[in-house]
Amino acid sequence: MSTPVIQVKDLKTYFQTPKGVAKAVDGVSFEIPKGGTFALVGESGCGKSVTALSLIQLVPEPAGYIAGGEILLNGRDIAGLTEREKRAIRGNKISMIFQEPMTSLNPVFTIGDQIMETIRLHQRKTSAEARTLAMEMFGKVGLPNPESLINEYPHRLSGGMRQRVMIAIALSCKPDLLIADEPTTALDVTIQDQIIELIREVKESTGTAILLITHNLALVYRNAGTVGVMYAGKIVELTATKNLFRNPMHPYTVKLLRSIPGGEKRGKALDTISGTVPPATSYPAGCHFSGRCPREMEGCASVYPELTERAAGHTVACHLHDPEFMAGGNSKPLRHEPDALPPLTAPYAEREVLLDVRALKTHYPVRKGLFKKITGFVKAVDGIDLTVRKGATLALVGESGCGKTTAGKSIIQLIRPTAGEILFKGSDLARMDERTIKPFRSLIQIIFQDPYSSLNPRLMIKDTIEEGIKVLKPGLGKAERERKITEVLDRVGLTPDMMYRYPHEFSGGQRQRIGIARALAVDPEFIVCDEAVSALDVSVQAQILNLLKSIQRDFGLSFLFITHDLSVVEYIADEVAVMYDGKIVERNSTVEIFSNPVHDYTKKLLAAIPKIDEELVKLWKLPGK
Amino acid sequence: MLTYIIRRILYAVPIVIGVNVLTAVLFFYVNTPDDMARKTLGEKNVTPAAIENWKRDHGYNLPTFLNAKETGVSTVTQTIFFQKSVPLLWFDFGRSDRNNIDIGGEIKKRMWASLAVSIPMFLIGILIDLTFAMILAYYRGTYLDIWGVVLAVIMMSVSTLFYIIGGQFVLGKVLKMFPVSGYDTGLYSVKFVILPVIIGIIGGIGVGVRFYRTVFLEEINKDYIRTARAKGLSEARVLFKHALKNAMIPVLTNVVVSIPFLFYGSLIMETFFAIPGLGNFTIDAIQSQDFAIVRSMVYLGSILYIIGLILTDISYTLVDPRVRFE
Repeated sequence: MSTPVIQVKDLKTYFQTPKGVAKAVDGVSFEIPKGGTFALVGESGCGKSVTALSLIQLVPEPAGYIAGGEILLNGRDIAGLTEREKRAIRGNKISMIFQEPMTSLNPVFTIGDQIMETIRLHQRKTSAEARTLAMEMFGKVGLPNPESLINEYPHRLSGGMRQRVMIAIALSCKPDLLIADEPTTALDVTIQDQIIELIREVKESTGTAILLITHNLALVYRNAGTVGVMYAGKIVELTATKNLFRNPMHPYTVKLLRSIPGGEKRGKALDTISGTVPPATSYPAGCHFSGRCPREMEGCASVYPELTERAAGHTVACHLHDPEFMAGGNSKPLRHEPDALPPLTAPYAEREVLLDVRALKTHYPVRKGLFKKITGFVKAVDGIDLTVRKGATLALVGESGCGKTTAGKSIIQLIRPTAGEILFKGSDLARMDERTIKPFRSLIQIIFQDPYSSLNPRLMIKDTIEEGIKVLKPGLGKAERERKITEVLDRVGLTPDMMYRYPHEFSGGQRQRIGIARALAVDPEFIVCDEAVSALDVSVQAQILNLLKSIQRDFGLSFLFITHDLSVVEYIADEVAVMYDGKIVERNSTVEIFSNPVHDYTKKLLAAIPKIDEELVKLWKLPGK
Repeated sequence: MLTYIIRRILYAVPIVIGVNVLTAVLFFYVNTPDDMARKTLGEKNVTPAAIENWKRDHGYNLPTFLNAKETGVSTVTQTIFFQKSVPLLWFDFGRSDRNNIDIGGEIKKRMWASLAVSIPMFLIGILIDLTFAMILAYYRGTYLDIWGVVLAVIMMSVSTLFYIIGGQFVLGKVLKMFPVSGYDTGLYSVKFVILPVIIGIIGGIGVGVRFYRTVFLEEINKDYIRTARAKGLSEARVLFKHALKNAMIPVLTNVVVSIPFLFYGSLIMETFFAIPGLGNFTIDAIQSQDFAIVRSMVYLGSILYIIGLILTDISYTLVDPRVRFE
């Protein structure tokens, strides 16, 4: 067998922090053969991206440094090279594409300049030859009209096109290894599919090895040859993709897989992992997953399980698969979560209509010329009809720019619609002024996408929640307000003492819980969830989805779920409306939409989601008896 | 582009008129012509007749905004506002209250002295500030950076007066490198200009370096910088090509707005170095209570600020391709 393109042996990348040494990558080994795809998966903060940056020798200095191990590129160790030698490898032998295509290109240079810069840096080419090659690369990655595109600035391109430009730049010097760090996470589902297809084509035609970093397990299932599951700086399970999805052996892998939402899990709770990833400055002495593991034993926290081959071609770092350990005295179970998932069904008997949207239109004027005359309208929402039933969830799906967020904001009157009726319990919200609509404001709430920027950083959690109660429930006294805040924080799984903290002290999942608590505090009947779980890790997303489901069941709430993530829709929604270009192209029950889509656009959307075969899902069982 | 500039200038028209009215209110209503006359003639022992004489001689014997005694257009034109403030709109500054000199002519004459000091101070100052800021950003996190920032903070905390007096004493009096103060015409002015320029630059270095360093560091943490590094570019190329052009966008807001003020000069510097520029002119007018000059200079300052804002907006469109003209 020929030398693998890249071999990583016991790589350790540490960071010097005020709290001590953070072992972001703590002894990771893997290799990728020519033309192979290796995927690293795991929650945020597990060390996936730092591993990638270590390979391309871009660990942020001076805080970060490679503390040990070898990185062999075609058999040659590159960790000890001089800066000049490393630069000759970066962008040439190893290149990288990033998660954020919107910000990864320099806004003040044309995309032609940016690709030709790489070409001329690493290849002996005149500027005319570089230009020809640049256009050829643009053609290869499927960008239209390379001749005119080459002079465009990045802001004129869509996210998908920018990611294509990034790929063209990365591939322009025919690298041996392409690192793709969450290459599709920020993109729409149909664009995701195209980009993944493009990466696959590139791999097949050039033999470039690919390191795919993602938290999207379905993407891994469809694209990777080998998978390493990373947890807290270590690889805990490493095997061929088909082995991993057929027989996940590490409890963390099983938990991660079972937290993916999907149609087959409807009506059931999603599996979640309690707690959070430990900080890289203070891992447990033994297994890093101890403390969160559903099958923890007495010795787990003190004895480290080495990554060992436990089945043919399947290595895993878990004592549960070590016969020697299991025979010893350390194997007494500390915790034993049941394997079966609890049912979680919302009562679906009451089917009366709560909200009826008729021919809703929201148009924005376009102004042009010296005197800014109105020359036309952007028809963001162009005559949509929707019905949300009591205690049920309607999902509004579509790609970015289709008008779904504008529709949501128009329905709750954050934006005044141009025309149409919004009948909430029979009253038309669109006809009301600020005074008459006030009693309805507490009944209708919204939860936003970005848990990081939608909480005011200068306000304590108590103040954020109390503000809404004061305005919408003026009858409540101070003590009653405080009781209400305690109650809702408790309901969303936070402790009451947390109300005196500020947003930066919370994780993304906790912040989203605060957002839900804020909405719940004014006793709403209807909540718009605008991409409420899109920014979260799959394991955290599962917790929030479970929470939303359970509050829906307990309070009989109705949800309008605005999202582009169809696997979430399939799990949580009762009905689906598919939006395209300001119009609803298809409306039906979730089951019908997913089994018999009628409209071409719906079919296209459904075909684009990477899916894991349903029979595999049934095989995912926690190890141990 | 042209439409954009025209629209931007049209927006400025109501602002200029507003500034004119506000200046008039400040100088003719808050501070009435009677007050002016009293201040000029001496607070005590002044007879009402003397005040009336002074007002008539200087053209302040009309009602402020509306003349009820007149009819037709004259009700508006026969007022202090129309006679004294409206001509400012076409830069007719009139004559000074005290020596009856032509203010417009004086401004035209004196602005060259102001420019002789302010232009070199501005250009060399920016160049030096940017260079030091880039060096600190390049060595970010090292002791050079930390002590550089400490020094910058110390330098910005020290009063400008200290630099002026210290500079005049050390470089002028002790070392006798430059004349302590004064001015001459034509090329002879150079030896008088060097000292204020050096001191002006040193006085501004602390604030400038600190601000530009922050701007650079913000750019250095952007995603496209990571992309540039991943291409294999050298750190110097990343910094001087990719970061610099983006950093120019916030730098421009800070810098372009002050370009028109170069005409205006600096009040303190010109006074201490006896440079006969517009700053000096203003200070003298304040001291001698010549309200016609002060009013002209206040109005001119506002106009220069408005021009600065327009220039800033136009310069954005030149450096940032994302800013569109529609």
